[in-house]
Amino acid sequence: MKNLPDLLEAGLTTLQIAVLSMVIGIVIGLALALIRMHMRGPAKWFASTWVELARNTPALFQLFFFGFGLGAIGVHLTPYTIVLAALSFNCAGYLAENFRGGFQAIPDTQLRAARSLGMTGWQAYSRIIIPQVFRIVYHPLTNQMVWAVLMSSLGMLVGFRELSGETQALASRTYRIFEYFAVTAVIYYAIVKFILGASRLLAARLFKY
Amino acid sequence: MIEIRGLEKYFGTLQVLKGIDLTVPKGEVLSIIGASGSGKSTLLYCINALEEIQAGSVKVDGTDVHAKGTDINALRQKLGMVFQQWNSFPHLTALENVALSPRIVKGKTKAEARDIAAKQLEHVGLADKLDVYPSALSGGQQQRLAIARALAMEPEYMLFDEATSALDPELVGEVLDTMRLLAEEGMTMICVTHEMNFARDVSDRVAFFHQGVIEEIDSPDKIFGAPKSEHLQKFLSNIR
Ligand SMILES: Nc1ncnc2c1ncn2[C@@H]1O[C@H](COP(=O)(O)OP(=O)(O)OP(=O)(O)O)[C@@H](O)[C@H]1O
Ligand SMILES: [Mg+2]
Repeated sequence: MKNLPDLLEAGLTTLQIAVLSMVIGIVIGLALALIRMHMRGPAKWFASTWVELARNTPALFQLFFFGFGLGAIGVHLTPYTIVLAALSFNCAGYLAENFRGGFQAIPDTQLRAARSLGMTGWQAYSRIIIPQVFRIVYHPLTNQMVWAVLMSSLGMLVGFRELSGETQALASRTYRIFEYFAVTAVIYYAIVKFILGASRLLAARLFKY
Repeated sequence: MIEIRGLEKYFGTLQVLKGIDLTVPKGEVLSIIGASGSGKSTLLYCINALEEIQAGSVKVDGTDVHAKGTDINALRQKLGMVFQQWNSFPHLTALENVALSPRIVKGKTKAEARDIAAKQLEHVGLADKLDVYPSALSGGQQQRLAIARALAMEPEYMLFDEATSALDPELVGEVLDTMRLLAEEGMTMICVTHEMNFARDVSDRVAFFHQGVIEEIDSPDKIFGAPKSEHLQKFLSNIR
């Protein structure tokens, strides 16, 4: 199949957008979890609504919101931005809930001990609390990463040439639809296996305790 | 010197400290005894501002702990604290547990912090455990690790909140020995404790807490030999 390099390149795009949306999702998800735990009023309402919408509506609708929804009020994003925004929105919502569980699993005494040593709140969270939370949510985090890869295939519906979009484009030109999508499925499978393997290696390096 | 004046503390509507007056001069070892729920831990938390207060004041070397402008993170470096629950940081080795705050709070270099940590771990008898994670340490060793971690900040006062009461009986001795050692070295210490022998042998003074007030405070001889308050007499006879 002479288009294999194109597909592999699109596979990289898929991996890249999934990784990027995870990074954004982790940062926002942490913030949402902390806001829900420690703040009141509009900030808490905003964070809770985000989490509820991300978790309880179809990912496809979330994608269409950033595509056609914003388009309808005159905000036109590129397909890449639409997919990145939708995936990040979704990841942040799911991860916020995981992070919240992680924070609750850390005894209060850890924070007290850290503060009693003279650490600022920020130091205590960044050095003591959050590293422990990451261990607790590590598996859900890995699952979310896999989910982000698979979910990114929806990108073809807003014209984004990630792996599925590329496959669709090539397949429709050649009419060998089944073959193309079979190869693509194998590539998805390989990406997911790669992520799971990398995650295991990283865990062994990070968590020695 | 730690000076506490008219200290009152509420949790919601529950008044836990009902006007505490207490002065602890440099070099003194003060033990605090009293029934569960009488407010002993809460008093320690008010001294280093882990809890807010509703009335009165706490001064450490003249600095008002609870005043608005006070740099509490700087002040806490003077006040080492050891808690009842062992709270070693599980994701850090023993050495990293101790070296972290000298580095990030005091701004020591990595090498300096390492040296300080190694020295303090040796001080508490953990010289052979530097690279071990807390999960591989016994409760007694974790408590000594917590002491080393506090000492690494070079505090001028040490606050112990029942440092031995979560330990298996056979591990209590090693932690008390470490506390004795500190007392002999001249550290100023406030020790909330249920270990009456420790309170008697090591303290300069003993304070008896009852329902949020210091009901009696005196030398160990007087407290244990000739208790005046009825509550204290009852408390002591229940223990013996
Ligand atoms: N965070 C809190 N919120 C509400 N009430 C609290 C809180 N912490 C302590 N209390 C209450 O304050 C009172 C005094 O608690 P404190 O822990 O100071 O007692 P203690 O003398 O240290 O007892 P123990 O010997 O059991 O440790 C208790 O009635 C306790 O239930
Ligand atoms: Mg207590």
